[in-house]
Amino acid sequence: MPHATPAPEPRSRPRVGLFVTCLADAIRPRLGFAALSLLEAAGCDVEVPRAQTCCGQPAFNSGDTQGGAALARRTIAAFEGCDHVVVPSGSCAGMIRAHYREALADDPAWLPRAEALAAKTHELLSFLADYRGWRPQGVALAASATYHDSCSGLRELGILDQPRALLREVDGLELRPLTGNDVCCGFGGTFCVKYPAISDAIVKEKAVLIEASGAQLLLGGDLGCLMNMAGALHRRGSAVRAFHAAEVLAGMGNGPAIGEEE
Amino acid sequence: MGTVFKRDVARALSDATLKTAIDRTTVTAERKRAAALTDYPQFAAARERGTRIKDHVVAHLDHYLLEFERNATASGATVHWAADSEEACRIVLGICRGAGARRVTRSKSMLGEEIGLPHALEAAGIERVETDLAEHIVQLAGETPSHIIWPALHKTREQVSALFKASHRDPHKTEDVEAMVESARRELRDRFLSAEVGISGANFLVADSGAVCTVTNEGNAELTTTPPRVHIVTAGIEKLVPSLAHAFVLLRLLVRSATGADLTQYTTFHCGPKRPGDLDGPQEFHIVLVDNGRSRMLADAGLREMLRCIRCGACMNHCVVYRQIGGHAYGATYPGPMGAVLTPALQGAEKARDLPHACTLNGRCQEVCPVGIPLPALLRGWRDRSWKDGLVPQSVRSGLWLWRFAAERPRLYHLGTAAAVRAMRLFRRGGWIGRMPLAGAWTRYRDFPAPAGRTFMEQLRDRERGR
Ligand code: SF4
Repeated sequence: MPHATPAPEPRSRPRVGLFVTCLADAIRPRLGFAALSLLEAAGCDVEVPRAQTCCGQPAFNSGDTQGGAALARRTIAAFEGCDHVVVPSGSCAGMIRAHYREALADDPAWLPRAEALAAKTHELLSFLADYRGWRPQGVALAASATYHDSCSGLRELGILDQPRALLREVDGLELRPLTGNDVCCGFGGTFCVKYPAISDAIVKEKAVLIEASGAQLLLGGDLGCLMNMAGALHRRGSAVRAFHAAEVLAGMGNGPAIGEEE
Repeated sequence: MGTVFKRDVARALSDATLKTAIDRTTVTAERKRAAALTDYPQFAAARERGTRIKDHVVAHLDHYLLEFERNATASGATVHWAADSEEACRIVLGICRGAGARRVTRSKSMLGEEIGLPHALEAAGIERVETDLAEHIVQLAGETPSHIIWPALHKTREQVSALFKASHRDPHKTEDVEAMVESARRELRDRFLSAEVGISGANFLVADSGAVCTVTNEGNAELTTTPPRVHIVTAGIEKLVPSLAHAFVLLRLLVRSATGADLTQYTTFHCGPKRPGDLDGPQEFHIVLVDNGRSRMLADAGLREMLRCIRCGACMNHCVVYRQIGGHAYGATYPGPMGAVLTPALQGAEKARDLPHACTLNGRCQEVCPVGIPLPALLRGWRDRSWKDGLVPQSVRSGLWLWRFAAERPRLYHLGTAAAVRAMRLFRRGGWIGRMPLAGAWTRYRDFPAPAGRTFMEQLRDRERGR
């Protein structure tokens, strides 16, 4: 486990609400625990509100704005008591930060609450790097890795350098460039099951580029995209293993990769 | 959901030659644009200016349209107004008939495609000679353009060579591009010169002078617009700019975004017909201003920003979907992200139902758009409408309804997730699921990582109890 930089005064510890995301909750609980331990290591008091479910993005992006708004209200109510909301996904964080105000634009009672929540919601890796000034200490992983920048994190939240800055501090980890690191992997939420043939064609190209990087590991900041790429890599018999970057930073990079048995 | 779109997508995805053709052009375009931008540090500022110029024009469209009409008329041009594509074609055909034209030349114009002009000319028995090489290719093959900058992007050099050999009277003997261009030139040259009417599009309409600006790479627009006795310009009403200075701001954005060049080889301003003393120029100069849904878009806050589009094609060059399926699968004049926004507006949301959904909303199109059009937001706007209008398939609706019902009830949701996770594990082999009921769309193409035995919420509760 990594350790915090000199622990701040107990009273200065921010109360952080961890939004686990519906995917991590169901498919990869390890990611939730990695986020939890990283936030604690970075000097936060972490709460996991039990009333959380999904941020509502699948509904919102399908055109069901009302459905998206209903889930936005629930999420706001569950988290607005926290100092910060932290999410191990650029996509879900982007939904809260950029789109809750659109989903609730016609709801004058909730709009200010949506804006307030948006202002204190952060993607995990950028929160650790930018807001907590945290860097991993004593975390080691002897491996080569390449990094895919998921689109929402990159374009809605401007996350590009933060994960790399953090991963560079992991002893023994060699970061290799990925051609097309900023090109969509074809996941796109419900897109990948609504138009699976197109999604497949896109992710196949991505898989070839990931293999061409020569890295042993694929890292990223969004579980959905990682599942898409890892699933395509595995189907084509690739040996590349995929982790969420938070797992590596939390010292869990020696554990099972996505799709490996616990 | 066996839509026409899905059928065409399947066909495109299985066509390896098409993919080669798409990659050859789009990869080069992407590289050249990136290089052009590093040499043009003012790009961000220009983009902002360009955006403001277009927004200003769109907000005062009536004013600039009248100013343009006044100045164009003063320069000797005849200005026509067309509310929709039928009217636009009727006006153009009327002018052709009046000129006794049996043959017209045309230079590339997406608006011409939008209003169905090639077809209308054919139906009227008027021979159409395309002066743009790519349009000539598309015409020979009996196809439609698959890209707004490179209409024949879907064809490889090799395919074009075979096509020319099969259809030109005196085809090329060597396999180089120059020889192929020569072949087309031999085929077309005398026809260029004997056409009575030339039809072109416009990149900009300059309000304070009444001039029409066209940009081409091949200098072919001149062939369309100078030798014939009559020149007709068809242009969408959103092409207006207040003055030449404004046109240049947008021109710089356009060429760098489209081809990565500093300026296209030929930028021409046409202002009225031939005057006494002019060396060349048409005797009649007609400008057909086409609305075709644009004023409807203007009135619609969810689409108005689309009127900024300067038709550079950058959004499709950088689109992961376009780069897999090419232009024809979009089934409309305009492909790619801009097409997915425009087509429902032009053809109706029902006919174009798939287009706004067949997008990952990754945002790269907006990032490269030289006038900052929020294409993902506009696409999401169409999804919103199609949900409200009941155009979203019932299977998707019911699935989402069920999920939302649970997600609004945290306790039920957590129980449901815990149960679903256990059910899913029944299908795993090792850590992966290769096939699973209800997940065919995923597992047909890729493996699905088996969930851990218990959800995060369950494990957390145990941890806390254990403490
Ligand atoms: S939407 Fe933007 S990027 Fe696409 S063609 Fe229009 S101006 Fe170019």
